[in-house]
Amino acid sequence: MTDQAFVTIRNAAKSYGALEVLKDINLTVNRGQIVAIIGPSGSGKSTLLRAINELDPLTSGEVWLEDVQINKKLPHRQYEAHVNQVRQDIGMVFQHFNLFPHLTVRGNITLAPRMLKGLSEADADKLAEEQLAKVGLSEKIDEYPSRLSGGQKQRVAIARALAMKPKVMLFDEATSALDPELVEEVNLVMKQLAEEHMTMIIVTHEMDFAASVCDRVLFMDQGVVVEEGPPSVIFHDPKEERTRNFLRKHLSR
Amino acid sequence: MDTELILRVAPFFLEAAWVTIQLSVLTALLGLGCGALGAAARLSRLAVFRWIGAVYVSLWRGTPALIQVFILYFGGPQIGIQLDSFAAGTIALGVNIGAYMTETIRGAIVSVDRGQAEAARTLGLSRWQTMRKVVLPQAARLMIRPLGVNINALIKGTALVAPISVVELTYTAQRFIGSTYKPFEMFLVAGVLYMAIIYAVGHGINWLDRRARIV
Ligand SMILES: Nc1ncnc2c1ncn2[C@@H]1O[C@H](COP(=O)(O)OP(=O)(O)OP(=O)(O)O)[C@@H](O)[C@H]1O
Ligand SMILES: [Mg+2]
Repeated sequence: MTDQAFVTIRNAAKSYGALEVLKDINLTVNRGQIVAIIGPSGSGKSTLLRAINELDPLTSGEVWLEDVQINKKLPHRQYEAHVNQVRQDIGMVFQHFNLFPHLTVRGNITLAPRMLKGLSEADADKLAEEQLAKVGLSEKIDEYPSRLSGGQKQRVAIARALAMKPKVMLFDEATSALDPELVEEVNLVMKQLAEEHMTMIIVTHEMDFAASVCDRVLFMDQGVVVEEGPPSVIFHDPKEERTRNFLRKHLSR
Repeated sequence: MDTELILRVAPFFLEAAWVTIQLSVLTALLGLGCGALGAAARLSRLAVFRWIGAVYVSLWRGTPALIQVFILYFGGPQIGIQLDSFAAGTIALGVNIGAYMTETIRGAIVSVDRGQAEAARTLGLSRWQTMRKVVLPQAARLMIRPLGVNINALIKGTALVAPISVVELTYTAQRFIGSTYKPFEMFLVAGVLYMAIIYAVGHGINWLDRRARIV
């Protein structure tokens, strides 16, 4: 692991009308680092995550991936071309999977690589097989998403994101929509990515998981980062009263 | 009921039914074209196009189709548009049903879960690639039934070209009533033929809808 700043967020602010959802947030994630974002509902975790790949652009502030500013102000056409390019390097996994129901697992995984990287059918198939093997679903390659369990869907969604060979992966409550018995299989895949030193930013409600895989934990409340530090500090010896209150509710579950 | 009369006029009615079918098919195609363009305009990033789309829909849905047919056929020559009755009827009805289809198509597109487009954009697909590969294939399934309703309405709506003397089913019924004084039989024959066409088309729509669902 190096200490190179990989994802940098500077003075990020976001408002919906009068509602300030993010207030002056700063965050640096190094290459290979794994950062968890925790906090109560409505604190702005998803908004922050979605600002990183311009799904919900910031009102002000900067987002960088290595030496490329993601949220550059550009004329419309150039802006579109720019975000389409940088998004290829940022994988995102959603709470509700968002698999394409009209495509098979293979189609889901190969759509973007084929369209954007011009992969031949054979190469795309190989890629799909590789990625599926990684998430342990090789035998499902020709299934449609409707035939998969929630845990399997999420693993395919992860494989789909990985097929673009992203530099960083964003997870927005990847296991929140899953039945409890299906959570573990998804967590395992994420742990495996952690072992491969994938840079990851993970919004989660699962404190045990955050404690076991993350290098750093951010606690957000009402649009600000209240406290951040290694899991050992945040979970066992937090300084802020608000963090303690939040953890009391969530760790006792 | 005069069955012998019915048998005698049957060949004329069958010919008229063929005209109704041609009218319906051409109207549906024109309507789908107008509907696709209208929906694209309504969903455009640019306000001008959204405005044009909205005006189209509200003007064409806000006035009787019969008036639209009359304006084009009777009013057209006054402003230099000279069309025969079949062409005028087809165009007026096609553009009219296109306004309804605009809303049908737009509705299907916006009812595709937003997360679908988000997932595609996140992978790096452009707006248009996302529309073409992810949103439209799903919207297409959703629009089959409501477009079927539009098509059902347009088939019945072809009767509106009878007043401008297109020799289709309704016009033919009226013409034979003038010579036979048997309105019951004549309208009954026309009605049965309309029903046959609508029934066949309805079956086609059901078949398409079922096929689109297998997955
Ligand atoms: N499109 C929007 N328009 C207006 N307000 C919004 C919009 N999206 C989010 N918000 C508001 O922004 C705030 C932060 O939302 P966000 O989804 O980022 O919270 P979160 O921390 O992810 O919560 P959760 O744990 O419930 O997912 C909330 O008050 C929410 O109501
Ligand atoms: Mg959220």
